Amino acid sequence: MERVPVLKIGDILLVSIQIDMEDQVALQLQEDLADRIVTTGCHGVIIDISALDIVDSFVGRTLATIASVSRVLDAETVVVGMRPAVAITLVELGLSLPGIRTALNVELGIEMLALSRPHLDVEFDDDEDEADSAAVLAP
Amino acid sequence: MVKSARCGQVVWLGEAAVALSPDESGRFSDLLKEHADGLVARWAELVGAGLQGRMSRPELERQTRDLQKGFQQALAAGARDLKDEEAAELRAQLSELSSHRARQGFSANETAISVFALKDAVLDVLGDTDDINTLRAFVSFSAFIDRAALFTFDSYVRVRESLIADQTEQLLELSTPVVKLWDGVVAVPLVGTLDSARAQVVMERLLQTLVDTGSPYAIIDITGVPAVDTQVAQHILKTVVAARLMGADCIISGIRPQIAQTIVALGIEFGDIATKASLADALRYVLGQKSYKVVAAKRTER
Amino acid sequence: MSEESRQVPVASDQDVVRVRQLVRTVSVEAKLSLVDQTKLVTAASELARNTLVYGGGGYVEVSRVRNEIRAGIRIVFADQGPGIVDLDLALTDGYTTGGGLGLGLSGARRLVDEFVIETAPGEGTTITVTKWCR
Repeated sequence: MERVPVLKIGDILLVSIQIDMEDQVALQLQEDLADRIVTTGCHGVIIDISALDIVDSFVGRTLATIASVSRVLDAETVVVGMRPAVAITLVELGLSLPGIRTALNVELGIEMLALSRPHLDVEFDDDEDEADSAAVLAP
Repeated sequence: MVKSARCGQVVWLGEAAVALSPDESGRFSDLLKEHADGLVARWAELVGAGLQGRMSRPELERQTRDLQKGFQQALAAGARDLKDEEAAELRAQLSELSSHRARQGFSANETAISVFALKDAVLDVLGDTDDINTLRAFVSFSAFIDRAALFTFDSYVRVRESLIADQTEQLLELSTPVVKLWDGVVAVPLVGTLDSARAQVVMERLLQTLVDTGSPYAIIDITGVPAVDTQVAQHILKTVVAARLMGADCIISGIRPQIAQTIVALGIEFGDIATKASLADALRYVLGQKSYKVVAAKRTER
Repeated sequence: MSEESRQVPVASDQDVVRVRQLVRTVSVEAKLSLVDQTKLVTAASELARNTLVYGGGGYVEVSRVRNEIRAGIRIVFADQGPGIVDLDLALTDGYTTGGGLGLGLSGARRLVDEFVIETAPGEGTTITVTKWCR
C-alpha cells in the first residue's frame, strides 16, 4: 500500500497529497499524522491538496478528523491549495468542511499558522517600515 | 416574355436549364470583357444608389471592377454553374465581398443587390433585342447571377452569425471582469442580470483568479445588479462558500436599499458573510483585517 | 443508445480508485467541462463506495450516451446487497447507517443531471446516473 509522506519543517508538519488515495491510504495518513505530531511536538500541520482533482465525502471526513485529532494534540491544521472545481463540487455535494481552516497556498497556510501561534518557528517579518502603501494605509 | 422563355427551357432542357451552355459562357465572357468600362460604371451606379453614399465612389468602382473581372474570368474559364471548379475564385471573391459588407454593417439586401445589379447592367448593354437565342442566353446568365447572389446572401448570414457568436462571448467576458483592487484583494463588479450560465462563469473565474493571484480576499460588488432573487442570491452564496473552502474570504458590497429589502423579504440568509454598502467600505473593511496586514507586509518583502 | 461501455468490478478499495480513474478518462473523452468532470468523478466515487460498503460489492458500468440534442455519460452502479428499506430517508442529507457523513446518495444526486435508483429489501440496488455535456 502506498503511503503519503509527512515532512517536518521547523514547527510544522507538511503533507502534500500527490496520489489518488485509496480509503485505506487516507486512514493510514490520519494515523501517521497523529503519531508524528506527538513524536515531533510540532504545533502546525499543513495539508496540501492542490494535486487532488477530487475530494469526496470520505476524504473530506478524513481531513476533518485529522483537524480535530490535531487540535486535541495541540496542533493547528490548515488545508491548502484546494482547486476551484473541487470547491464548487464540495459546495454542491453539501460538504462545508466545518472546523477545517483553509488557505489558498502553502505560503499563506504558513502565515495563517504564524498568525494563530506567534511563537511558531517560522520566519516572519512584519516590519512596518518596509511595508508598501497597502500596509501603511491599513488602519 | 422572358419568363415564359425560361419556363419553356426548364421543360425542354431539364436540369441543364439552370446551367449556361459552353457557348453561352464564352459569349458572356466576351460581352463582359468588351463592355467592361460601361458595365462597371452602370453597375457601380446601381449599387451606389442603394448604398446612399455610405461607400466612396472610387472604392465602390474598384470593388465592382474586381467583381466584374471575377465573373468574366470564371466564364472565360468555362464555368457553367457557380459550383463548378472554374468558379472557385469567383466564389472566394463573393464571400470576401459579403464578409466585408457584413462587417461594415450593410444590410443583407444591400449586399445581395451588389451582385444582382450586374443583371440590369448587362441587360442595358444587350439593348433591345428580339433574338430568342440572346434572350435564352440571358435567362441562363440571369440564373447564374441569382445563384451568385444567393451564395453571397448565404455567406453574409454566416459571417453575421459568427459575429453575433463572437459578440456574445465578448459580452460575457466584458460583463464579468475580475480586477485586482489591492495587494491580495480582487473584486468582481457585477453588472446586469445574473442568469445561471453567467453566474457559473463568474464563480469559476473569480475562484480561479484567487488561486492565480494568491489573493485571500474577494469583493463581490452588486451595485450594477438590478434585482436579486432567490436564485441570484443562491449563486452568490455558493461562490462565497466555495471561496471559503479554498481559504479566501468574500465580502459582498453595493447592496442598494431596495435589494436589502428584497433579501429580507425573501428570507435569504447571508449568515456570517460580510456585507457592506459600498465598494469603498468593503475595501476599508478588508484592509482593516488583522490577517490582511500580515499578508501585505509579507508581500512587500518579496 | 450507448456507443461503448466499460465495466469495472467493485470488490475493494482499489476498485473504487479504478472507477474514479475510468470515469475521469471517459469524462475527458466526452469533453465535459472541468467543473462537470470533477462533479461526475466525485459522484462516482461516492456511489462506488456505497456499492462496496453497503452493497457488499458489485460492478460499475460507464458508457457514452447520446440523445437528440446532447452527448453525455451514463454510469450504472449495481450490487446484490440488502437493498435500501427506506429510500426517502436514505436520500436525506445527513442520514447514514454506515458512520459516514450521510452525503453519499443525496450529495451525488445533486452532482449529476439524472439519477435513477432501483432497489428493494433483499434485492440489491442499482443506481443509474447521467451527466450531459453543456
